[in-house]
Amino acid sequence: MSEEKLYSLRNPWFSISVGITVAIAVLSAVAGLIWFPLLQPNLKLSGIWDAICSAAGVPGLSTQAGAVPPAFKTSNVVMTPEMLTRQDQVSIGRGATLAQRCAICHGPQGVSDANSPNLAGQYAAVTYKELNDFKTGARVNVVMTPFAANMTDQEMRDVALYYAYLPRVPSSLVNPNLTPPAIVVTGAPMRNIPPCGSCHGEIDVKAGSPWLGGQSAVYIKAQLQAFASGARRNDISEQMRNVARQMTAEEIDQVARYYEAQP
Amino acid sequence: MLINKRLILSHFWLAFIVFGAALVLGAWQMFVRSPLNAWHFNPEFYYRSVTAHGTVMGYVFPTLVAMGFGYAISEAALEQPLIGRRWAWAGLILVAVGSVVAMIPVSLGLASVLYTFYPPMIGNPFYYIGVVLVVVGSWIWVALMSINLAAWKRDNQDKPVPLAMFANVAGSYLWGWTAVGAALELIFQIIPTALGLTATIDAGLARVFFSWTLHAIVYFWLIPTYIAYYVIFPRAIGGRLYSDAMGRIAFILFVVVAMPIGVHHLFADPQVGAGLKFMHSVFTGLVALPTLLTVFTIVASAEIASRLRGGKGVFGWIGALPWKNPIMLATALSFVMLGFGGAGGLINMSYQLDSTIHNTQWVTGHFHLIFGGAIVIMYFAIAYDLWPHLTGRALDSLGMMRAQLWLWFIGMIVTTFPWHYVGILGMPRRMAFYDYANPAISPQAFSVTMSAAGGLILLTSGILFLIVLIRGQFAARGEAGAYRFAIPLHMPVRIPVALNSFGLWLALMIGLTVINYGYPIAQLMVLKGTSVPAVYVGAAR
Repeated sequence: MSEEKLYSLRNPWFSISVGITVAIAVLSAVAGLIWFPLLQPNLKLSGIWDAICSAAGVPGLSTQAGAVPPAFKTSNVVMTPEMLTRQDQVSIGRGATLAQRCAICHGPQGVSDANSPNLAGQYAAVTYKELNDFKTGARVNVVMTPFAANMTDQEMRDVALYYAYLPRVPSSLVNPNLTPPAIVVTGAPMRNIPPCGSCHGEIDVKAGSPWLGGQSAVYIKAQLQAFASGARRNDISEQMRNVARQMTAEEIDQVARYYEAQP
Repeated sequence: MLINKRLILSHFWLAFIVFGAALVLGAWQMFVRSPLNAWHFNPEFYYRSVTAHGTVMGYVFPTLVAMGFGYAISEAALEQPLIGRRWAWAGLILVAVGSVVAMIPVSLGLASVLYTFYPPMIGNPFYYIGVVLVVVGSWIWVALMSINLAAWKRDNQDKPVPLAMFANVAGSYLWGWTAVGAALELIFQIIPTALGLTATIDAGLARVFFSWTLHAIVYFWLIPTYIAYYVIFPRAIGGRLYSDAMGRIAFILFVVVAMPIGVHHLFADPQVGAGLKFMHSVFTGLVALPTLLTVFTIVASAEIASRLRGGKGVFGWIGALPWKNPIMLATALSFVMLGFGGAGGLINMSYQLDSTIHNTQWVTGHFHLIFGGAIVIMYFAIAYDLWPHLTGRALDSLGMMRAQLWLWFIGMIVTTFPWHYVGILGMPRRMAFYDYANPAISPQAFSVTMSAAGGLILLTSGILFLIVLIRGQFAARGEAGAYRFAIPLHMPVRIPVALNSFGLWLALMIGLTVINYGYPIAQLMVLKGTSVPAVYVGAAR
């Protein structure tokens, strides 16, 4: 057996198997890369090379040319899971001084009953993003916009890290025994609503999603309504607008009351 | 001659223990997402369970069966003691350690990313490191099979390699090469991101790498089953293998065409061109060929056995087959499931038909029917056939074995047929929760309940299987004789060197991989701006 030469065109096993393999590969390539694309009128191909590039998946320029710029400002913050997760004592110290001017609404300890968001223990990346969006105009609020307008990037980081450093304080309405509404635990798959808890805690926490426990129900409700109406649109990839639009008024109320009662 | 019986038995026992545990998880998953269960728990547990079930059933269980069976074949077919016994133990320990390392973060809920990894989701690095250890352990087996064959060939230059060993080595080479895709994905993309060295990941490229592994891995799972068809089944029913050469060609075809086909898993992905998807589709169609050859050869072998027993007539011989023999029963049931599963596979592989069932429960039904059904039922048969030779004790619970095989078959049909059906109705897969009160989904409630019942039947069968094996460990001692494989009708004396070596076929396998994967991988690697931020699961609350 050993004297038989395998790698020779005279060996039928070699020539036939290689021949068939090459023939199938070439035929399928010709059909898939040239013939079928040319059969499709909607592809508007200019020739064989264009057909090959199109079918092989070479990225074309045409897809980028057609992008329509939005009529409003979008957030320019690039959110990553690591963003502002390291504690920096100097930064926190500076943030504590800067936060004096926030205290009138957000409370000296980052908690207040003024129906403005409680910032104590909020993820730094979240506070930073909102400040940035107020500054760039991606999010608009008559009170917050002027405050953020003159802040530098470092100042926004400092304030955000300071509030993240403060301990969370449970609100006076805390009631951990409250049954979570279905929308928080299971979402509504048929309306394309994922569970609130899959990003905002309980089930999982996703980068950029604020901690909602203990936030004022009035505030949560107002924000969901703003997302639903399109008045607020600084959410990444329209995630919250898509969710809020599909929520019923009753669900919005339930969610607001539920998160207010969470620690 | 089986010498390293403890080595082989350890592989099988570890395989079947992890299989039993993952089976419990599977049945639980079937139950909690069915209308039988009022929704009242954290969906994260479901994904945790799916990750564990998939990782064990996909990476650990079949790999251990292939390794253990491979060592048995090497000793029995080559009639020489295993070379590299210590290495084989090291490989087993690596697989065991890797499984534990991977399962700890999964159990803690730190890596609920499912066994297909799904970047940009990123879990705890130890999960991926554990999977890599399992693969490295199995690569030791790949090397040992090759070394043992080479040593035998050196001493037996004029003899054809026994079919069982030829097929076994073919399977090991296929695995060695197909595991490279996922290994590249894990080592160069996912593990650096999981360790925090990079914050972004090219998910499209990762999916292409995974598809390199994802389809051919199925043929790696399948090869022990096909080996059992060719070299156990004809002997067990008292017949002869119809054609030795046909077997070699079937395994060679698996080596050559199982690789360049994985992109059919990415039909709905935008990062691969339509023309390349078509090329992968063509080669996927070709994979039906070795299966058709096998069905023909094995049915012909059964006919030979039946006519030797006095079977007569065009179809009358079927009745004369030894149906009480568990191997006969397992093979027949396996063929039925292979037939249905294969027919469904033809739908998955065609670009247009796939769009109707892509990412639905149909797909889950399909691979459970093929892998869990047709393949795993033959793993049971392999264990039943080998056990007396490994333990030196008789397996005499024949009735229980038949009941177990029937239950597995019935359970798998009852589980997967409704799954296929709800998939056609559009039910998405990999979801923890379905609102059956919703009028759009409520018609699926009955079918899902049925498949949950199927899961329970499968669990019963799995328990029976373990009982049979445990009873076998405590049965009376008895000499089972030498372990032999089926003899072909015409014993090969001289065979073409092409059917006795792998060089040409490995060259074609690698060549086709380069043709079908070269461009998409190169393009995605060169293209800038294709990475997305990683989404860490199980992050601090």
